[in-house]
Amino acid sequence: MTVAASPSPGAPLVDANSHHRGFLRRYIFSTDHKVIGLQFYFSTLIWFFVGGALALAVRWQLAWPWSEMPIVGRMLFAAEGGQISPEFYTMLVTMHATIMIFFVIIPILAGAFGNFLIPLMIGAEDMAFPTLNMFSYWFMWPAFACMTASFFVAGGAASAGWTSYPPLSVLHDAAPGSGPGQTLWLLGVVFIGIASMLGSLNYLTTIIQMRAPGMTMLRLPMTIWGLFITAILQAFALPVLTAASVMQLTDRLLGTGFYLSEAGGQPLLWQHLFWFYSHPAVYIMILPAMGMVSDIISCYARKPLFGYRPMVAAIIAIAGLGFIVWGHHMFMSGMNPAMGTTFMAATILIALPSAVKVFNWLGTLWGGRIEFTSAMLNALAFVSMFIIGGLSGIFMAATTVDIVIHDTYFIVGHLHYVLFGGSTFAVFAGTYHWFPKMFGRQMNEFWGKVHFLLTFLFFNGTFFTMHIIGMGGYPRRVAAATAYAEFARFEPLNVFMTICALGMGFTQLIFAANLFGSLIWGRRADRNPWRANTLEWTAPSPPPHGNFDFQPVAYRGPYEYSSPEVTADFYPQNQPPDAEPATAAAH
Amino acid sequence: MGKFWSLVFLSVPVLGVAVFVAAASWGYWFPQNVSAHGGQIDHLFMVILWLTGAVFLATEIVLAVSLWRFDGAKSPRARFSRGNMRIELGLAAVVGLLLVFITVYQLEDWAEAKIRQPDLPPTVEVNGRQFEWVMRYPGPNGELGDADDLFSPGDLHVPVDEDILVSLVSEDVLHSFYLPNLRIKQDAVPGMRIPVWFRATETGVFDLVCAELCGWGHYKMAGRLIVESRADYEAFLTRLEAEQNEDGFEEQQPTAANTSQRHPSVAEVVYRRAAR
Ligand code: HEM
Ligand SMILES: [Cu+2]
Ligand SMILES: [Cu+2]
Repeated sequence: MTVAASPSPGAPLVDANSHHRGFLRRYIFSTDHKVIGLQFYFSTLIWFFVGGALALAVRWQLAWPWSEMPIVGRMLFAAEGGQISPEFYTMLVTMHATIMIFFVIIPILAGAFGNFLIPLMIGAEDMAFPTLNMFSYWFMWPAFACMTASFFVAGGAASAGWTSYPPLSVLHDAAPGSGPGQTLWLLGVVFIGIASMLGSLNYLTTIIQMRAPGMTMLRLPMTIWGLFITAILQAFALPVLTAASVMQLTDRLLGTGFYLSEAGGQPLLWQHLFWFYSHPAVYIMILPAMGMVSDIISCYARKPLFGYRPMVAAIIAIAGLGFIVWGHHMFMSGMNPAMGTTFMAATILIALPSAVKVFNWLGTLWGGRIEFTSAMLNALAFVSMFIIGGLSGIFMAATTVDIVIHDTYFIVGHLHYVLFGGSTFAVFAGTYHWFPKMFGRQMNEFWGKVHFLLTFLFFNGTFFTMHIIGMGGYPRRVAAATAYAEFARFEPLNVFMTICALGMGFTQLIFAANLFGSLIWGRRADRNPWRANTLEWTAPSPPPHGNFDFQPVAYRGPYEYSSPEVTADFYPQNQPPDAEPATAAAH
Repeated sequence: MGKFWSLVFLSVPVLGVAVFVAAASWGYWFPQNVSAHGGQIDHLFMVILWLTGAVFLATEIVLAVSLWRFDGAKSPRARFSRGNMRIELGLAAVVGLLLVFITVYQLEDWAEAKIRQPDLPPTVEVNGRQFEWVMRYPGPNGELGDADDLFSPGDLHVPVDEDILVSLVSEDVLHSFYLPNLRIKQDAVPGMRIPVWFRATETGVFDLVCAELCGWGHYKMAGRLIVESRADYEAFLTRLEAEQNEDGFEEQQPTAANTSQRHPSVAEVVYRRAAR
């Protein structure tokens, strides 16, 4: 195979493989990683809006307890006079978190961006196992079906929290949602687990086996490193959650009693197994985001990533330590408190590689030539918000301080700074950045910035305040804290947070409108609109089935921006030494 | 636009600090502390707040300053640099030291709070069940766990300025015994008996909160903690005893043995399941 220089933009799409396929094979049961990636993207986007609506209902109740919800109230809970009932509230918090974690953040990062980007960024035609890849998407559907159906069964959907602690989740009459709703919840988690395991095996094989010539491991973009380590985490941690969920199912359906003390089991066993998965899972939800943000920041700062090797080392350290810190969710659980000390030490240690990442993003910006695109602004927000989320983690990691903030709104603040402030802003950044590659069109920058600014302000208004009420001891997962004299003082703050949350929720409609509007009316994009270095930008936009119209070869790392070796301020990975970038002329 | 966005990001540290200052001055702060050890926990929180606050300010300000100074609209070509291992290791060492300090600094308090159980008989058994707290005090013979024990739901009475040892159990699902004003939190787990100790330093009525989701009525699983003088405490126990004897409750009082019987047996659990 000969090495061709990157062809000029707008070259005709070479679609050798797919022109003879029918609509169904091309767009529905497709084995093309890009189509699968977009299927993941749009499915998770729908769930993002469902999960968001549930969150707004939660906030409604917290600000104005037991008051009638305008417009939708009568439709949803006619029997209760348009009010949220306490059982409905516990279901709302449970399903909000379940949907956002299992149906939005994990699949949009690993499933959507992972699928779309891995072959393109490493210079491969497709995944190693395209059919397996297709199944990894279609295994999401039984999970979608289970969770959707659970809203309509007797007792309603699961309501034991996204953490599903037994005995509440195991004893059928412990809560309304602990009936069939909980069974469906567990089945959904098992299916999601299978889907992710299939995906992760595929990612690992693809990244190890299918890299283009010259693409050594240490020339991989950080996005790929993030996804690679995430796949390892999933491959090792998910079987534990899946087995634990099956055990909870047999407890419920066959009377095994793994988690019931009166049957010789132990409720804490579930917590250990659950967090053995779910702590690594929080890194599954952030490492790909960190990778994407690293690539985006370097690109729009027009400057190499500061400390590439330390960045890779930090990701590996975070993932490794991530396996021995799960007990920090159990400091107050009744677990041996001496063990808490060990888990604390490991947890605090994990802040170190996190700090390294932050310094390196700042180091990348310093001395750069920053372009304030929508993608860049969202990536910067990731850095700014992740600082807060990482620092609040230290309070909770300190066992003694955790006594007062465990199970309060401080935790809710922390997790939203890392999962919304971190992962979700990274998803926005990734969307603005890779949209031209996905669809061959650009998103609207003006509305992108409006969406960013409003989201950023409303987000901080909603979630920063939670640290304050958390310090005040305000408990989480409580439908209304009116039974407690101590927390009455926080009612004005609850109203403030809800107003901000409503603002943030409605702002997302701007994002949706921009996304779908740009699909139709967006300006056409050439191959490399951002003058970026990584290989995906050398393929046509959007890339045809098989991706590249020439054999990509990597001659250098992905971050050679403003290199003194070339006059252009970027130096694509596939550009042979001593040739100017073909697309530079366009700018 | 660089300046504008720089200011947007600068608002994070500025407003972040402002929020904490405002919260402190408007009474949105810790709950009032009425325990012997709580001051130390608040102190630890503040130590971490100052340390992390310094890192927060430093990093967020560097971020905002970079955006201001290196705005692409006016900067020339970016500086080409792949990093600097010296700075990297230096910063990592500083952060590492801070983290080790935080870990070590609070070890002793954790041991006091959760590991070094005071050597005294349990003052009271607290039993969590959907959706109330049931207290069990020693009867006239002063021993907990026998036939003359006194039961009372809702309020937990304790004498002020004395070491209290609570024996925490649950009879159905997880609950969490949370006394915000005493800086106490401990999950109650079916099948486990977990010791919790504290010393209240002021008399008064405080909240007893359930902090672990325990079902639809979790929000109303509220109790009260009543800290009173030794004399009032004893008067309360006498009153409780009189009440219990009066309504002929004595004969049916659960003993230690039949309390555990109140957990459904395995057969019952399986039967209940088969029944649906
Ligand atoms: C510097 C890094 C971090 C530290 C030291 C840290 C520490 C902790 C600790 C100790 C808890 C348990 C608190 C408690 O329940 O009392 C916790 C909860 C949590 N953390 Fe982190 N964390 C860090 C980063 C992250 C990241 C990156 C994510 C996700 C992207 C994350 C997501 C969560 C979530 C979702 C919870 C709450 C789980 C629940 O109870 O529902 N954390 N964190
Ligand atoms: Cu964790
Ligand atoms: Cu509760």
